[in-house]
Amino acid sequence: MVDVTDKAKKYRSVGYYPGCALEGTGNGYDVSTRAIAKKLGLGLRDVSNWNCCGAMEVKNVDPKIQTYLSARVLSQAVNEDRMDVVMAPCNGCYHNLKKAEYDLAHDPKSVEVVDKLSAKAGHKAYKAGEAETIHALDWLKEAIGEDGLRERTNGKLAGLKIANYYGCMYVRPRHIFPEKDKGPGSESTSQPHFMDDLLAAAGAENVSFPLKTACCGGAHTLSDSDTSTKLVLNILQAAEASGAEVIATECPTCHTGLEMHQVRAEKRFGKKTNVKVLYFTQLLGLALGIGPRALGIHTNISDSMDLIIEKRLT
Amino acid sequence: MPIHEKSLIRPENLKTHENLVIEGIDVSGHWSTFIESRVVTDYNENLEDEIAAMPGADKIHRCWQCGSCTNACTVNAIEPRFNPRYWIYLIRTGMESELLRDKDIIWQCVSCHKCTHVCPRDVEPEGVMKATAHWLTMKGYTPPSPSHIFDEEFTRQIVQRGRIEDTEVLHNFLRKTKQPLMQDWLTAIAFAIGKRLPVKWGIKMAWAQIFKPKTRGWDRARVALEDYIHEVEAERKAVIDGKGKPQQAPMREAAE
Repeated sequence: MVDVTDKAKKYRSVGYYPGCALEGTGNGYDVSTRAIAKKLGLGLRDVSNWNCCGAMEVKNVDPKIQTYLSARVLSQAVNEDRMDVVMAPCNGCYHNLKKAEYDLAHDPKSVEVVDKLSAKAGHKAYKAGEAETIHALDWLKEAIGEDGLRERTNGKLAGLKIANYYGCMYVRPRHIFPEKDKGPGSESTSQPHFMDDLLAAAGAENVSFPLKTACCGGAHTLSDSDTSTKLVLNILQAAEASGAEVIATECPTCHTGLEMHQVRAEKRFGKKTNVKVLYFTQLLGLALGIGPRALGIHTNISDSMDLIIEKRLT
Repeated sequence: MPIHEKSLIRPENLKTHENLVIEGIDVSGHWSTFIESRVVTDYNENLEDEIAAMPGADKIHRCWQCGSCTNACTVNAIEPRFNPRYWIYLIRTGMESELLRDKDIIWQCVSCHKCTHVCPRDVEPEGVMKATAHWLTMKGYTPPSPSHIFDEEFTRQIVQRGRIEDTEVLHNFLRKTKQPLMQDWLTAIAFAIGKRLPVKWGIKMAWAQIFKPKTRGWDRARVALEDYIHEVEAERKAVIDGKGKPQQAPMREAAE
């Protein structure tokens, strides 16, 4: 069993690694994450002078460069900022930091390359086990928990039908997430439920959605747009068929992909879908009584204001 | 998912004579149909080594051909020709010309990691797909795919500055792939959010265009990365030229 109380305490103040996407297209995710941290009295301290984790692209040039880039972020958090927990809301960042952690613990060649590059770059090399990487979902689930949210939200999201969409990088491949699939209290890689749990605690009605971990084609949003549009349309239509009014996301690439290809599917293929797309942090923010603008909802492509007003969430 | 029917006989191997008389018997048309046998004579014995030397494919030698990867594949579900299991088979047996039949779709892997998630042999098929696409370009069989151009532009910015800037990635990618910046769906998106965004945002975006986000003190990291990229690229080229062997990755404990 996981020691819940210990984690609840540990996660009340964490290192925050926003990453490139949250400073750019995924800005609403960053704004809403910070807003709910403030509201809930949780400490977020930014990792200082961070760099890109390597996203989904750098590994195709060389996987060990990606391991180095992610290790550089962790080294910064550990050695410069004295952090022991790094919270990354972006699935890509979260995945890459986890992957670096795994590679540095299991592959001597990766350790060799990271040590060499770190020495040349002039900083201490990150060693496996020095920091713990968590997702924004782990952070809220442990630091506030469902009971904490239930108390603070009074079921504000009641009547809102949500399809929870987790995407790929939060759960796959399983071996880089040793803490998942550990029974009660832990996250599942086949049927993830942390986001469902948090939103349900805020009163939302989670629909049964079969494509929770389907791929949105995010890696090829621009380079193979037709494939991405097909994959996204499938997700949007499945969410509508499940009766959802909104898709809750927890990854900036998925979120932007769903929104952009919702427009593209209509423009290029004449397939219109009406389901809205919101970050789960924006939904929790609304449940906590924070205004839509303070959550960056107006910076989303998908215009959810009518729905928010209709559901009296503002 | 639909069940795909696949003919094992390729249309180009079906031969029919319009006018053929054998020993006084007219066998014109479908009476003379025969199947040309497939004979593979041009094995590339170095093929597995060449691809294993590419980024991400250093575990290809472990494959047992169970087919879990193809079964789980996101792209296979919409394009039945996209078959990681089969391509790994062709690579490991050196059937280069067979592999080249699918050269234009291999790059379409979307990196969803479903294959790596289910692979019982820790092959990381996703890495093999990316490596094979990389190899195709390196050998000159295909022009750089849009995905390859995107990866290189993205990596270039990170190596240079430590961070990327979204609009620069988008702009340079469209320019390098010769696509217009004003695409109907992109302008529709820009218009939709443009009317809702505060002026502050526009200023912030313009600011990022001029003063690119940068990690402080990145110069030494940039030099280290540039040196490392030269090093690994030289190693890869040596293997393709038949002057070196790729390094095989050790087996992951849990998969052993």
